[in-house]
Amino acid sequence: MQFKKSWIMALALTSVLALSACGNGNNGGNKAASNSGGNTPAATNTESSSGAKLSGSILASGSTALQPLVEQVAEKFMDANAGVDIQVQGGGSGTGLTQVSEKQVDIGNSDVFAEEKLKDAAKAAELVDHQVAVVAIAAVSNPKAGVDSLTKQQLVDIFTGKITNWKDVGGADQAIQIINRPASSGTRATFESFALGTKTEDLKGSIQEDSSGTVKKMIGETPGAIGYLALSYLDDSVKTLSYDGVEPSVDNVVAGKYPVWAYEHMYTNGEPNETVKAFLDYFLTDEVQTGDVVELGYIPASKMQVSRDVAGTVTPK
Amino acid sequence: MSFCVLLLIVIIISMVYFVASKGVANFVNGEVKVSEFLFGTKWSPEADTPSYGAFPFISGSFLVTLLAALIASPLSICAALFMTEIVPGWGKKLLQPVIELLSGIPSVVYGFVGLSVIVPFLRDTLPGQGIGVAAGALVLSVMILPTITSVAADALASLPQNLKESSFALGATRWQTISRVILPTTFPAIMTGVVLGMARAFGEALAVQMVIGNAPFVPHSLFESASTLTSVITLGMGNTTMGSPQNNALWSMALVLMLMTFVFVLLVRMLERRNKI
Repeated sequence: MQFKKSWIMALALTSVLALSACGNGNNGGNKAASNSGGNTPAATNTESSSGAKLSGSILASGSTALQPLVEQVAEKFMDANAGVDIQVQGGGSGTGLTQVSEKQVDIGNSDVFAEEKLKDAAKAAELVDHQVAVVAIAAVSNPKAGVDSLTKQQLVDIFTGKITNWKDVGGADQAIQIINRPASSGTRATFESFALGTKTEDLKGSIQEDSSGTVKKMIGETPGAIGYLALSYLDDSVKTLSYDGVEPSVDNVVAGKYPVWAYEHMYTNGEPNETVKAFLDYFLTDEVQTGDVVELGYIPASKMQVSRDVAGTVTPK
Repeated sequence: MSFCVLLLIVIIISMVYFVASKGVANFVNGEVKVSEFLFGTKWSPEADTPSYGAFPFISGSFLVTLLAALIASPLSICAALFMTEIVPGWGKKLLQPVIELLSGIPSVVYGFVGLSVIVPFLRDTLPGQGIGVAAGALVLSVMILPTITSVAADALASLPQNLKESSFALGATRWQTISRVILPTTFPAIMTGVVLGMARAFGEALAVQMVIGNAPFVPHSLFESASTLTSVITLGMGNTTMGSPQNNALWSMALVLMLMTFVFVLLVRMLERRNKI
């Protein structure tokens, strides 16, 4: 009897845990919505910008590239607004977009425009884009490759397998080893669209790693390796290559001279409720844009002197 | 009690149903043909005319699993014999904790050790860049070593004492007893351990993904970048949206993995039946 009881207890406990984990997304969303709904009259009375009491919970998921920034900003926001609870999950851009479009989370973080990932155009149209930061990506090589600048055409030839030795682009006599990201990666999509201008197929013998840390380690250790990394990952263990003679620096990106960059998006399904809106507005304040964003190696979206639309057309702001 | 069993059955059936229904979605709506998926060698889901051939990953999974079993089995069986037959005293006291420790190490640690030790070693001593099938198989073989060793050691320890004593009484040496009596009698049980080890190797994702290179091609050498089913699923799942053909293709691979698990379970069951004699 004792045995039976403990079994039932254990089972009940695990099922409760499992259920609460599953339902978390929906609960969070509903709670945030209902709470802010109840607070609206009060908020309009006291004027929200002057620090009206915000409450509710926000659930964000998606891009692992954006996750550290959202987590750090969420911490600060929760410190300032005791009634707000924010949870940030990873999972990848595709997961974030899927979940926000199915209303499982309040915010879907993504490295790419929703239109590029969601096959259903109507679903993509429901989402509202909030661009909070910019990430620039640089081509990098093993330091012993002996090259410090590549042209667009040279990069295309390398990543399509036409050039297989560094000596053909003015470097050492060393075979080129491509360290790529998976075909579905947002970083790879950005590099291909804006540095190469074309999609590439995976080459035989190329290496694909999922995390930027591993990519950096592999490029630093593998003779003749070439790959690409976000600016925040660059250090002396790899050689950063200029693109068509333009150095991949924050200033060049902001001025629109260096083209290989992409927005970090935080999507909401429809217009956000008051709490979520306050959180997203907080991202665009100077405090976050020149503080956390720069500190974590992103580029402030508000500083950009050019803007780019979903089709890739760049216009001066 | 019966309620628990019922709940368990429902959970298992719904899991199988979930993976299966997502896994066959591409085949049902005509996006991909089953034969094209299983035997197609071209995987380019992001291309303008996408193709979803998963053969490179299926073959990669089988290749690293078989290689890992080939490397780990002799070592494990020797370790088990050492522990139970040759030096049962301090041999067991020394080896048992070491082997138990091996099975407790998280797979990301194995992956990192593979990346920091095995890959540079292979790069310096053998052709290729170190990353590839050989590195994946080596990492996996260490990971499945504890499984095979402990099952084999249990089987050897449970062998009736009088079997060995009769053999010694006939004047057989220790080597003759081990090779002619002990190993043949415990063979099905040892094979159970090997199959369990292979099942673990087949399903391992993270450690292999870090060292195998993940190029979607059937490798022509052991030192060439290749992919396994698990590595492709983990690389692609987060970056694709639910319901897209690419995402469904990944679920189809998960279905293949699940079916292979059933095959391994079936094998273990068959070996157990032989073992009862």
